[in-house]
Amino acid sequence: MKKIAVVGYGNTKFTKDKLPIESLLLESTKQVFDTTKNLSQDLIDGVIVSTNDNSKYLGAILSELSGIKPKISHTVEHLCSSGSSAVISGFSYIASGLVDTVLVTGADNIGNSGQILEWDKSRGEYDRPIYWASMFTKAHKRQFNTTDEELAIVSAKNHKHAMDNPHAYTHKPYTISEIMNSKNITDDLRILDCSYSCSGGSSILLSSEKTAKKFTDQPIWISGIGQKTNSASFTKNKLTTLSSSVMAANDAYKMAKITPQEIDVAEIHDAFSVCELMAVEDLNFTEKNTGAQYVRNLFNTEDRKINPRGGLIGAGHPLGATGIAQIVEITQQLQNKAEKRQISNANHGLIHNMSAAATSSSVLVLKS
Amino acid sequence: MNKFESELKTGNFVTSECNHCNRVVWPPSDYCDNCFQKVSWRKISKNGTIIELSKKENDVFCISEFENKIRIMGKLDAQIDMAKPGQRVKLSKCLFNGKNRFFFSLENN
Ligand SMILES: [Zn+2]
Repeated sequence: MKKIAVVGYGNTKFTKDKLPIESLLLESTKQVFDTTKNLSQDLIDGVIVSTNDNSKYLGAILSELSGIKPKISHTVEHLCSSGSSAVISGFSYIASGLVDTVLVTGADNIGNSGQILEWDKSRGEYDRPIYWASMFTKAHKRQFNTTDEELAIVSAKNHKHAMDNPHAYTHKPYTISEIMNSKNITDDLRILDCSYSCSGGSSILLSSEKTAKKFTDQPIWISGIGQKTNSASFTKNKLTTLSSSVMAANDAYKMAKITPQEIDVAEIHDAFSVCELMAVEDLNFTEKNTGAQYVRNLFNTEDRKINPRGGLIGAGHPLGATGIAQIVEITQQLQNKAEKRQISNANHGLIHNMSAAATSSSVLVLKS
Repeated sequence: MNKFESELKTGNFVTSECNHCNRVVWPPSDYCDNCFQKVSWRKISKNGTIIELSKKENDVFCISEFENKIRIMGKLDAQIDMAKPGQRVKLSKCLFNGKNRFFFSLENN
């Protein structure tokens, strides 16, 4: 298969302000043009938009606003993993030889409609994400004796990391006890254990090996991709493992020809604290039933390996932008450009993005 | 509105099923997800089992499983301390008023 690299990127600041979706898309696209050398509109032959917004024809709108006349242009929607799904589409178009350079831009607004899957009749009136998150958390507590403190450490760590992320929607640190004593959403969920929808946009530029060097001296290669959809309805799920993530990760590691232990830095989908505990196990960074100890150790040693930009909990979760923002972070890490967030000697990075209570997952492996 | 919701409106809890494959088709659909034959509809047994539960304010909610396959989320009429996974429940009521609503009560175990 052709080698394909991330050769440029851009981010808006994530905020709680509602903004026109077109403005969010254009803002992070502008950043790509401002920061990528030798980039001109005529060199981009694919424009893919990732969003849960109900506006139509956004691929064409973003293209026109950016002065691009691409061969391929459309929108990708896959709930919370729309961003990684759009990137995988862009990758595939380049790999097929249809196009050479693709702009992938994702954005969403605070309070957008992508948080409730109307179709899922099995959820009854309990259709908001807090309900499946409560089921996951309760089942995790029951099976692994997970404590509220262990859950709170995830949030404390990620809020702390977000302090050094200029794009995060909040820069407020919280202590473990503040998180444990924050408002009960349900018996098993504190308000500070939740990620929140916000407004924001993120972009990356993908290019084939042939042209990558034109745009950057540090192309970051997408070396592994895994994606798995198990179902759409939540109640078919297992409750203590993200089974679609396990399968996606195995495929991604296999394609990248590396082991999980070779991953130096990862952005993972901490929609709720429990998701990070499950993900570090299901991505095989640590053995089953050791996730809480693993995360506690990262926190105590100030190791930023997991969610250096603050994850979804710390940075905010503009659904369509999230998967792309994760890739921007890992790209910066592998280019040694992550400033205060920088992990030393990072050669391999991973992103984990999932939808609708892990009924589907994407995992990408990147390397410098 | 599909058959599932129209029946729910009248208080009936029904599932699609495939007579060719002899299996429940869940979530409700027009065609079997195995052989794509048209489904038939029938009432679901009201005897289920708790899979997991939690509580929001005074509202205990749970995932319950019926006929070893059909899982739904609904409100459990019990104190949280009185219930646990594996316990038998009965679907005491179901209705549709914009959203599906399911109500469970504990069986005498
Ligand atoms: Zn059939």
